[in-house]
Amino acid sequence: MLELRDVDTYYGNIQALKGVSLRVAEGEVITLIGANGAGKSTTLMSICGIVPPRDGEILFRGQPIQDRSPDEIVALGISQVPEGRRIFPQLTVAENLDMGAFLRRDKDGIKQDLDYIYGLFPILAERRNQAGGTLSGGEQQMLAISRALMARPQLLLLDEPSLGLAPLIVKRIFEIVQRINADSNTTIFLVEQNANLALKAAHRGYVMENGRITLEDRAENLLANEAVQKAYLGL
Amino acid sequence: MDDAVVVTPGKVPGIPAPLRGLFPLLVALPVLFGLQWALSDAPFATYLLSVMGVNVILAVSLNIVNGMTGQFSIGHAGFMAVGAYVSGVLSLALKEVAISGLPVVLSDQLFFVAALLTGGVAAAVCGFLVGLPSLRLRGDYLAIVTLGFGEIIRVVVQNTEVFGRALGLSGTPQTSSVAMVGFWVFVVVLVSRRIAGSSHGRSLWAIREDEVAAEAMGVDTTGYKVRAFVVSSFFAGVAGALFAHFVPIINPNSFTFVKSMEIVVMVVLGGLGSTSGAILAAVFLTLLPEGMRSAFTAMSEEGSSLAQQVDQIRMPVYGVLLVVLMLSRPQGLFGTRELWDVLPRWMARRRKGQS
Repeated sequence: MLELRDVDTYYGNIQALKGVSLRVAEGEVITLIGANGAGKSTTLMSICGIVPPRDGEILFRGQPIQDRSPDEIVALGISQVPEGRRIFPQLTVAENLDMGAFLRRDKDGIKQDLDYIYGLFPILAERRNQAGGTLSGGEQQMLAISRALMARPQLLLLDEPSLGLAPLIVKRIFEIVQRINADSNTTIFLVEQNANLALKAAHRGYVMENGRITLEDRAENLLANEAVQKAYLGL
Repeated sequence: MDDAVVVTPGKVPGIPAPLRGLFPLLVALPVLFGLQWALSDAPFATYLLSVMGVNVILAVSLNIVNGMTGQFSIGHAGFMAVGAYVSGVLSLALKEVAISGLPVVLSDQLFFVAALLTGGVAAAVCGFLVGLPSLRLRGDYLAIVTLGFGEIIRVVVQNTEVFGRALGLSGTPQTSSVAMVGFWVFVVVLVSRRIAGSSHGRSLWAIREDEVAAEAMGVDTTGYKVRAFVVSSFFAGVAGALFAHFVPIINPNSFTFVKSMEIVVMVVLGGLGSTSGAILAAVFLTLLPEGMRSAFTAMSEEGSSLAQQVDQIRMPVYGVLLVVLMLSRPQGLFGTRELWDVLPRWMARRRKGQS
């Protein structure tokens, strides 16, 4: 469904991604783990066109998308939950969700998805008229995920959904991610520092170091891999 | 009000939405013409009202960019100048021409409207040219570019023969009226409110709140920013064109950086993002110098010399006003709300306090 071929991305003169190649199949939950500054978020930014790659190809359903603008990429069916949530603080919860469905015109479908989301996160239904900025961190993360889902994406990109959240809430968020994948067969690409939880939720995983992919395997194999255990699982 | 109902008998409940927007116009037009008739032998009041209207148009249109979209433009006077000079030159060229078969007054007004639209379009084109490169970037680039644009326009005008150089353009036909200014005030407020309530407006808010997130939602941020900027420039041009047709002489000194800042102060004072706030602040800041002038004159003999310097005194007053505002109410008079959102709650609180 999504394929990166030898992607090089730069910030000015600094090369953040060095020949990154990876592949995501339809219906999969894929995770990309790695340390701070390894290039995980940059990979996501490159996919959704906010920091376009300088070299290499990004294919979505066989179509090259590396030269498309971010709004065109969203229109193709790729939604992003940006790092640090980035909800619209002064818009209400309902307005935030509305922005998620910005490119859609099918009113019935939007209503249906809204009901699904309020079922997934009842707390958002309760707070629908509250400004997004007044929600707690966990609720904001739920809102950010819901907002991305409102675009009814085929591929959902999640950037560090566990960032700054209490362990119980992190667990809850990962359960929801798996449920979204199961409910609507949405393909999920998850970037995480919390390798343990991410690998438990994913089917396959990639390990990134200094802008390069160093390991690729099924999630349970990575969990059992000694090098990964040492470097990322603290075992 | 009754007139409006008579015009479309029996259709009132089921009028299509776009036409409903015209209803207030049917109320506003008679009021405007009434006002103009009542003020026909009060030239100063007419002048003051026109200036006020022009300031309202400028503030409301700047609010679309600075308030709703969260971009920072500080060259609004430049766009006003483009509108004023383009329409002024056009009107001067067509001064002796009249459309045959029409009464002179009507033909003058038609030319005037044409000049207004030309001025607006010229400013909008400038807005597009200035906005397209600078709005592709995030951050404060727009402020720098618009600041430069305003100065460039002023210097160009100052050195161009057609525009009368530093002496300015005099003898433009004084075809403007309270009704015409009022009509454009109405149009700009209507457009601004329509934008705010539309999905277009929602995406402008999103850009203001978080541009990257808006982009991730699929908003074509550059496109929306440029469109907002072009609309805003158009109305600034119209405001300038109106201005050129009720002041006897326009010169580059009317369109300095100080004028741009005055408009920014209006928008900030009213609350970035609040249309009614921008209107009230523009009215207030137009009346303030006049109020100061009468107050100084009434005070004493020294006061009357102060009264002559009001134009200089008002700038520090604006400064103090802004500092007080930032300390006591940083979001401006209404924040992002509108008068009709704030007033009912305020009145309810007052009533509670009294009982």
